[in-house]
Amino acid sequence: MRWISPWRLSKMGMLGMNCRNRDFIGRYNPRHLYPLVDDKLKTKLLAQQHQLATPSLRFVVREQHAINHIERELQDLEGFVLKPSKGAGGKGILVIVGRHGENFIKSSGAEIGIEDIRRHMTNTLAGLYSLAGAPDVVIVEDLIEFDDVFEGYSHEGVPDIRIVVFRGYPVMAMLRLATHASDGKANLHQGAVGVGLDIANGRCRKAVQFGQPITLHPDTKKPLDQICISDWRQLLVLASGCYDMTGLGYMGTDIVLDRSRGPQLLELNARPGLSIQVANGMGLLPRLRHLESLKEGLHKTPEERVDYVLNTFASDTDEEESPIQAALAS
Amino acid sequence: MAHSRIPFYLIITTLVVVGLATAWMRHLEMAIPFFPGERQAVWFVEARVDFVAAGGEVLVSLDLPDSPPGFRMFSEHAASPGYGFSIIEHEGNRRGEWSKRSAAGPQTLYYKVQLTSGEDRSSDAEQGPRPRPASVYWDEPLATAANQLLTQALETSSTPQSLTRELIKLLNNAQADQNASLLLEEVPERSRLLARLLNQAEIPARVVMGLYLEDARRRQSLTPMVETYTDQGWVLFNPTTGQQGVPDDLLLWHRGGQSLLDVTGGHGSQVNFSMIRQTVPALDLAQDQFGNNFFALLGVQQLPIEEQSMFKMLFLLPLGAAVVVFMRIMVGLKTSGTFMPVLISLAFLQTSLVPGLLSFILVVALGLLLRTYLSRLNLLLVSRIATLVVLVVFLISILSLLGYQLGLSTGMTITFFPMIIIAWTIERMSILWEEEGPREVLVQGGGSLLVAVLAYLLMEIPLAGHLSFNFPELNLVLLALIMLMGQYTGYKLSELRRFRAMALTKPGDTL
Repeated sequence: MRWISPWRLSKMGMLGMNCRNRDFIGRYNPRHLYPLVDDKLKTKLLAQQHQLATPSLRFVVREQHAINHIERELQDLEGFVLKPSKGAGGKGILVIVGRHGENFIKSSGAEIGIEDIRRHMTNTLAGLYSLAGAPDVVIVEDLIEFDDVFEGYSHEGVPDIRIVVFRGYPVMAMLRLATHASDGKANLHQGAVGVGLDIANGRCRKAVQFGQPITLHPDTKKPLDQICISDWRQLLVLASGCYDMTGLGYMGTDIVLDRSRGPQLLELNARPGLSIQVANGMGLLPRLRHLESLKEGLHKTPEERVDYVLNTFASDTDEEESPIQAALAS
Repeated sequence: MAHSRIPFYLIITTLVVVGLATAWMRHLEMAIPFFPGERQAVWFVEARVDFVAAGGEVLVSLDLPDSPPGFRMFSEHAASPGYGFSIIEHEGNRRGEWSKRSAAGPQTLYYKVQLTSGEDRSSDAEQGPRPRPASVYWDEPLATAANQLLTQALETSSTPQSLTRELIKLLNNAQADQNASLLLEEVPERSRLLARLLNQAEIPARVVMGLYLEDARRRQSLTPMVETYTDQGWVLFNPTTGQQGVPDDLLLWHRGGQSLLDVTGGHGSQVNFSMIRQTVPALDLAQDQFGNNFFALLGVQQLPIEEQSMFKMLFLLPLGAAVVVFMRIMVGLKTSGTFMPVLISLAFLQTSLVPGLLSFILVVALGLLLRTYLSRLNLLLVSRIATLVVLVVFLISILSLLGYQLGLSTGMTITFFPMIIIAWTIERMSILWEEEGPREVLVQGGGSLLVAVLAYLLMEIPLAGHLSFNFPELNLVLLALIMLMGQYTGYKLSELRRFRAMALTKPGDTL
């Protein structure tokens, strides 16, 4: 089938772009809070302040002249990540996993020289990767050593877990696996695999690449349905805590699992994408509307909210998702 | 949130109502046509007065039509060398007066008026008090004949109209009626006789002079008619045929008042008329006619031509913006730069579509080539864009010159493209190419061009240009539409494809 009828979509509770922008982002995300998440440096500092786990910041490059002798700063670092502070859509993120003599090894395995790094930094400072071409700074942070759970699931790059958080309640989760096609990036439209995770237990629900359902990782051929995220509750609590940190009502949290340090907040997104619904095979709207109907301040701490979600949406997935099956059973 | 919607819909309704109502008022008041190229017939009527001046002071007074029923007058002027001319209004009656200190020999004076068919609203305003019937005196035996004729006509009639018709019938049948033939012998002009008889019956009636309009006629004279005063005001009768009402092609020139033409200081005066019918664009007509109307202040037609052409483009912008909004919100097409397509389509308006499209693609493609080299130079962003702007200027100049040398007149129009926009487009496309690959460049570039072409095709429709320029207030309706689309929370067309994988999931399906 090449198209799907809008009535079918709305029956499934699929959240469309217009509805997301107007009814959720426009309504629950006050504009003045955007800089907190659009500027990754601010997010990082804020997270450190709120004692939310996040990859540690090595240094920040703010001036063009600092780039000239950047090799000195990079000397001690084996693997590191360069990020534009105001980058969008994963643009301008350079992941260096190791060194080979004078050269640096990208997550894809390709080698680049110090000049390439300099140019990348220059571009970043000039605002090439930032939202409106505004001048930017380069964040240099620790490389995540990803959890063994993901061994064989990620061809290149770090798998990250996107959790949509609405009014502080984790709503839906998705594991994003970088592939060869996505050049180590975790963006679904670039070819990453999206694995829908059951919000109640972190198990794989289904997986998609380029909008089509798949069962095996396209590069490693490992079956995706065995994925189960450890420390699930801790991960949700971290995601939920971001609401208290930023105050944004509707956001996407990107979390990675570090082998030794556990769940780490990578970044926040005030305009999280809609593909998470396709990866989960279900629409966001029923859960969002349910949470919208809850009284303000019903659950005050992240833990309370996560427990509510674990209880409510655990049964919800079966009840709400399969009225047909329920009807057949009775 | 539901209550906060009311002010919004109030604004939308207000915008639509104000926009449409203003447009409608201007259409009615100023006769600006709603469709382009509408043409309207215009009569150019010329009255020519000839007389022989005696050598002294000359004063010529000609009765002029005042708001003749069925016609709308605009622009009138007199051409008569050496004469002072003025229009004098006296008791609702307009007369043109030519004067000269001394004149001798044959003289010719012209009075020209332009008329269009259409009701002049002011014509019914002159109701006024009921006029008195003129007193009539007949010599015997005419008095007896007139009385008998009237008695006969009164017997078979009830209203002034029917009495008039009966009298005309009797006069037409003069061979059979001695009274009628006697009266006609004495007063051969039927209209004057009819008016006298009616006045005798205490019904106000007057002789009026009308001009039958027929294309390209010269040396026509006025036809006498009779107007009878009835409950509905003055009603015109043709004294020969008995036809009631003003025929479409009859221009009532002289109604009431004294004489048609008075000449003091001359003799042998006569007046005759020439006329010609032309069709002119209704729009020009509206501007000529109502240039000083209150509603004209709302239009931009009063500005100098140069500013007008700028406004012509400006007023088309909302349409282009609406197209972009529709394509992005409802269809979900990706474009590079939100409103870049509108600017490109405005440029297309100047270059016309195919040459514009070709040269745009050529410039962007060449720019992309140059940009690939620029990326190796590791320039700072602003300087890189500036370099691109300069390069685009050169590219466009070279292409224009090339086009000129090859004899393509379209070569020059390429300069209409907004250079800065093109430079930014090239930059964005280049980054897109590096990051997302050529496919995304084609998707976004193609999307932008598609929106640009659609916007161009819409703006190109003569009706769109005509309406947006002559009824700028209609843009308020467009504004309301754009705001309404901003409320749409349904799915985009592209999402029906993006989420197509959802069709495969059965409810409750877990992998």
